[in-house]
This record gives sequence, C-alpha cells and structure tokens, in this order.
Amino acid sequence: MLDQLFVTLKHWLLSFAPSVAQPAVSILLTIIPILLVFPLLFALTTVLERKTLGRIQNRYGPNRVGFFGILQPMADAVKSLTKEDVVPATADRTVHFLAPLVLLAVAFLPYAVLPIGRNMIAANLDAGVLFFFAIGAISELSVFMAGWSSRNKYSLLGAMRAVAQMISYEVPLLLSAVAVIMATGSLSTVAIVEKQSGFSGIFPHWNVLTPWGFMGFFLFVIAALAESNRSPFDLPEGESEIIAGYYLEYSGFKFALFFLAEYLGMFAISGLGITLFLGGWSAPLPFLTFVPSWAWFFAKLFGMIMGFIWIRGTLPRLRMDQLMNFAWKFMLPMALVVVVCAGAWRFLPAGPVRWLVSVVFLAVAYVLLARGVSSTNKVTKRTYRFAE
Amino acid sequence: MLGTGIIKGLAETARNFLGSFVDKKRLVTVEFPEERLPVAEAARNFPFLLYDGSDPEGGLRCVACQICEKECPPKCITIEKSKDKKPDVVGKPQFYPAVFNIDVSVCMSCQICVEVCPFDAIRMDNEFELSTTDRFGGLLWTKEKLSRPNEHYLAIHPTEAAEVEARRAEEKAQAEAKKQQPAVSK
Repeated sequence: MLDQLFVTLKHWLLSFAPSVAQPAVSILLTIIPILLVFPLLFALTTVLERKTLGRIQNRYGPNRVGFFGILQPMADAVKSLTKEDVVPATADRTVHFLAPLVLLAVAFLPYAVLPIGRNMIAANLDAGVLFFFAIGAISELSVFMAGWSSRNKYSLLGAMRAVAQMISYEVPLLLSAVAVIMATGSLSTVAIVEKQSGFSGIFPHWNVLTPWGFMGFFLFVIAALAESNRSPFDLPEGESEIIAGYYLEYSGFKFALFFLAEYLGMFAISGLGITLFLGGWSAPLPFLTFVPSWAWFFAKLFGMIMGFIWIRGTLPRLRMDQLMNFAWKFMLPMALVVVVCAGAWRFLPAGPVRWLVSVVFLAVAYVLLARGVSSTNKVTKRTYRFAE
Repeated sequence: MLGTGIIKGLAETARNFLGSFVDKKRLVTVEFPEERLPVAEAARNFPFLLYDGSDPEGGLRCVACQICEKECPPKCITIEKSKDKKPDVVGKPQFYPAVFNIDVSVCMSCQICVEVCPFDAIRMDNEFELSTTDRFGGLLWTKEKLSRPNEHYLAIHPTEAAEVEARRAEEKAQAEAKKQQPAVSK
C-alpha cells in the first residue's frame, strides 16, 4: 500500500482527466514530481554539505537562517536571483545564454530511466543504461559551450580540462557498468534492479556483494566523482588555479543553474550506481521489505551523497597529469579486469572456489596496477646542472 | 599500497566529524552576537573624554588647550575654545571646549592625543560595535557622545587607570603641600 502510494496517487489523479488528454496528463504527472523532488533535494544537499564539511573541519557550518540553518538555500536563492546577470562584452551571447539551459536539460534527462521505486520509473527503456550514458555525454558539450562562449582563458582552460576529464573517466564508468550488464543480460534499469531484489539467506543479491561487483562499484564511484566534477576531481572548477573554470563568467541565476545541474548530475549518477550495484530500491535485509521501495532508494541516495561529501572533505585536488595517469593507467585496465572477472564469475561453479579465484584475481590486478600508477611520480632529488 | 593514505585520511575526517558532535571543545567557533570573548585590557579603538564626578558638562577635565587637535596625525579632532571660563570640579575657573568633535571615520586609533594630553582628559575606549546607518552624522562624535565618567576608564583599563590615578593623587598632594607652605626658599 505505502509502497505503491505514489503510483496509486498518479492513477487516481489520472482518472479525473478526459480520456483524450490522458497520455499527456500521465506524462506530466510523471515529470512534475521529478522536476520538484530533485531540485528540492539539491537545496537540502547544499545545506547538508556545508554543515557536514563544517563538522569535518570542526566548525558549525551555516546555522543562522531558519531552524538550524535549514532555510539557508532559500536565502541563497534570493541572493542569486537578485544579483546582476553579467554577460561579458566579447562573449558569444547566444551560446553563453544557451549553455546553462542545455546543461540543466541534460541534467534532468537521466532521471527518466532511474527506477526510484517499484513501478516508479518515468520511461522503462529497453536500453536504459545506454540512454543514461548517451545523455551524460551531452553534458560535456554544454560545459564546453559555457567555457568557449565566455571568451575568457580561465573559462576555456576549465572547459578543456572538463572535457578531457569527462571523456577519460567515461570509459571506466561505462566498463564497470558493462560488467553489471553482462551479469544481468539486459540494458534495462528495471531488469537490473529486479535481478538484484532477491535474497539468499539474509544476504541480498546485490552486485556489490560479489567480488567483481565490489571492485566495479569502487571504480564506478571514482569515475562518478570525476564525471560529476566533484572533489578530488574538481579540476574544471579549480578555484585556486583557474578561479571557477568554465562557469567563471556566469553570475546570478545562471551560476545557480550550473550549480543545480552539477548536483543533479551527481544525484543521477549516484542513482545509477544504486541501480547497478546497490540493488536499486530493494531492501538490504529480508525482514526490512515492509519499508516502501522508494524510501530505500532515497536512503541509499542519501548514503551515496554523504559518502561524496565525506570524500570532498578529505581529499585535495588532483593534478592534471595525475588525473590522466590514474584514468588510463589504473581505472581503464582495472575496469577491463572487472569485466573479465564478471565473465568468469558467471561460468565458474558457485561456491568458495569461485570467491577465492575472483578475489585473488582482482587483488593481484589491483596491486600490480597500483604499483604502475604510484611508480610514475616518485620524488627524486633535483639536480641543477647549469645553475651555480 | 595505493589507497591506504586515502583510507587514513577518511578515518581522520570521520573522527573530526563525529568528534565535533561529542566533544564540545573541538568546536572553537565563538558565535559572536550571542557569545563573546572578554575584550583584552590593552584593546583600544577610539578616544573618549573623561569627566570627574557625575556631571559630564561641569566635570570635564578638558580645558580646550588644543594640543591634541594640533598633534592629531589625521586631523580628526575639532575643538572650539570657549570665550568664558567656568569653574571645574575643584572650583577653579577654566576654559572649556565649546565644541569637541572627533570624526571617527578619520581617526586611526594611534593614541597620540592620549599621550600628549597634560590633563589626562582623553583616553582610548574599547567599544567596537559602532556601525551606524548615518555615515556622516553618525560617525562625527560630539562632546556629549564622547564624555564618559572616570569610572568607565577604571573599568576598561584597570592597570593603566590605577597608575594614572596614583600619579594624579601624588600631584594633587604636592600641590596641596605647596599651597600650605608658600615660597619658603625665596
């Protein structure tokens, strides 16, 4: 009952519409909650993030506006709405205007294929995961539009960094998803979640609880951090180097739109991670299945967001060469190893032998690849040949 | 091994995060308007004029000698000397400042006026919440606003004020003694 609350509510509301308008109304009733819930989640996440980062640094964080600072996003919204909207004199005005809009539209589209709860998906596409990644690739275009149209060297540098980073990390992101797709035999997000929703004993059939799934999730989270331009992969913004990167020349509400799109992208990719590895809306333990499925999805999303904030509060920013080395020398081969391991897992007989083989295989690969990454940046004593 | 440093770092930040809820000593922030740290004794901001007794008009120590006005490096003090004389706190007729203005938007808190004053009539205050909505009138302090009782000085700078009090008492005693035995040596 509670599980299908929103589905029943939608059907009930739909029954009031005339039959001609029903398809359109049905679409609207699906889209509007997504357009409301996730921006609201963004507002709450900003204050949650600031408070958590504050606590990590032994500060209070915002606590002035409203009860415990919970209304801080409202104050921020008023501030960004009342600010002047500056467009640089030499900017390409059309592209400069379009970039945040394209980015925002692209940020909303992946939610179409995210199963938020049982029977709660906007569009159950057969190639849902493919759709997700295809849409995700457009965000690179809008980021580059923003950087290029601003006619500012910092913006352009930020945009070029963003494109280089996103394209590099898209490969391991996709490959770690490929392992799941191989295991499920379907590109549909609904099918992937349903495959994981059973239990053996008290353990759920989540992909993350297999060796290849664990390693795949590990790679997925790292690549997701890079895809959503979050610390430690926030080189495109790089406050201390290139000021604000590609959205340097944006102010007021357009800046807020970039921020919103960044967070929406983070939620979407966290949602995909949940769908692929953490069992989507399924409960973690068999006796917890009475909790509504959508509540599990949002609980997991909250966990992922907290993890992202935790990582942001811990790690400093990477250097560009470290970023690229890590992507191509560690992430990509490791993702290929995960794909191979997922295949082997499918064909090995179930039992401790399968576990042992997979764990040893992944551990050896990890150690060897990690050695390859860390040996490239050994610090040696600098010798000056000509300066005396 | 790749990743051990990251795990150590994550453990450190988690300890900070959880510790900040348990251990109040970690949160060093003083939430200013509600919580305040005591102001340091040597803290100074802008000058004020001292008066003895309870009457700010009659008890003012300033005799409008205008030394501070001349010495003030940014020229923020404006004094108009009175035409007449009024009895001061001991009953001796003295000039007094008809106008004594300090433009605190110009004052640089150098304390030179305090050092040059031969009458201990001007001292530094430690009040710092001075924002105003009137940037001309609100920042030009008149004699009435500048006058503070000697007790205020004793309260904000106790060590320095005690020295000044002792010196003034000694000078007064010497003056009294001189009055008692006039011109013995001559």
